[in-house]
Amino acid sequence: MGDLDFGVVWTNLGFLGNGLALSALLVVVSSVGGMILGGGLAALRLSRHRVLRLPAGAYVTVIRSVPLILVLFWFYFMLPLWTGHTIGALPSALVAYVMFEAAFYCEIIRAGIRAVPPGQTAAAAATGLSRWQVMRLVVLPQALVAMGPLLVNQVVILFQDTALVYVVALRDFLTAASVIASRDDRPVELYGFVAVVYFVICLAGSQLAGRRRREVIQ
Amino acid sequence: MTEPAMVVLDRVSKSYGRTPVLQDCSTEVARGQVMVVCGPSGSGKSTMIKCVNGLEPYQSGSITVDGVTLGPKTDLPKLRARIGMVFQHFDLYPHMNVLQNICLAQIHVLKRSRAEAEARALDLLRRVGLPDKASSRPATLSGGQQQRVAIARALAMDPAVMLFDEPTSALDPEMVSEVLDVMQDLAQDGMTMMVVTHEMGFARRVAHRVLFLDQGRVLEDADKDAFFAEPKAERARQFLSKVLQH
Repeated sequence: MGDLDFGVVWTNLGFLGNGLALSALLVVVSSVGGMILGGGLAALRLSRHRVLRLPAGAYVTVIRSVPLILVLFWFYFMLPLWTGHTIGALPSALVAYVMFEAAFYCEIIRAGIRAVPPGQTAAAAATGLSRWQVMRLVVLPQALVAMGPLLVNQVVILFQDTALVYVVALRDFLTAASVIASRDDRPVELYGFVAVVYFVICLAGSQLAGRRRREVIQ
Repeated sequence: MTEPAMVVLDRVSKSYGRTPVLQDCSTEVARGQVMVVCGPSGSGKSTMIKCVNGLEPYQSGSITVDGVTLGPKTDLPKLRARIGMVFQHFDLYPHMNVLQNICLAQIHVLKRSRAEAEARALDLLRRVGLPDKASSRPATLSGGQQQRVAIARALAMDPAVMLFDEPTSALDPEMVSEVLDVMQDLAQDGMTMMVVTHEMGFARRVAHRVLFLDQGRVLEDADKDAFFAEPKAERARQFLSKVLQH
């Protein structure tokens, strides 16, 4: 066993930081885009009209049944074929993550809305509020309380899943670390450091979700 | 010339698939009148009252409230704003305090200013005997208090008619009277009311008319005194003898 030397982390901090920045970019764009698209999908899935409900349901079911890595490949290789332009790894990865996450956010949002008792809708409608007002003023505020921790949890899972972008030759945090680990032959130090950073960020995320839940209940 | 009735049901029928829930139900509630709707469980009472403000669709017949006939083109939110409704399980909004519960539709439907809506809400809270509960959350109130807030929430819209769907069935026995007292005051002030309830004491004291339903049919539609003296339908006699024994 050679001696541990964490100096290698310090000297390559800039390189690792660039990797972490890419991971952060993926998380922010994919979670925000995924929630917006997922909210739209949830609205379609809850619609009274079959023509809106069925395609949205099919989309969610298909996406949730394939591995994320396949979706990444798909958009990397297929988008250029469809559009006739080369788009580059990063835009194709962002599109893939947004499309993938949307299916999961859709189901979280839909479940949150359905968890609000139907009596709430009836009581609000009986006072003359329109369908949209009932949703915005009575149902959604209650649904958000139920789904808040699940949404944060999904962001934490997404952060872990960003490590998969190495398959389209992007260098996220983990990939950056593995490059240096093999170049400098320091796998223990680098993978150890990476594990600690992932742990701290994810723990902070789930603590935040837990604290918000307690605040809301009070 | 007599004023037209506030609520008119004309041969209303409804079924879930092949199961009939309401069959050819007709009745009228005059302005200022209190009608108690009673009958055994599953007789269609709650369904009938929910048809009146369009919360339940029905297949045939017609319903007219304050001159507006319900149909596919009816502006339901506009009509519902004029019909107050109180539910069995109160259904106050748990994420708002009592004052906000009473103000919500005043502000968003009637477009009253916040100050105007709050003044009206506080006024109504005094009327239902809860002047100090404006900033409480519904979850901290007893069932009887929640139901009185729900009545205030409905009254805040200055409705032409009030519908009550078993307003006391989910309450502990000692809280029933505080809700019935509020309803009785309301009746004495001349509010038109349709009340689905098993409280026959309330019906005797407050109702003008009694509608008796069984298996989706109107078996009795009579003045209160005639109904309690001697109901014409055998089924209604049985029902009365059972509920009045206690």
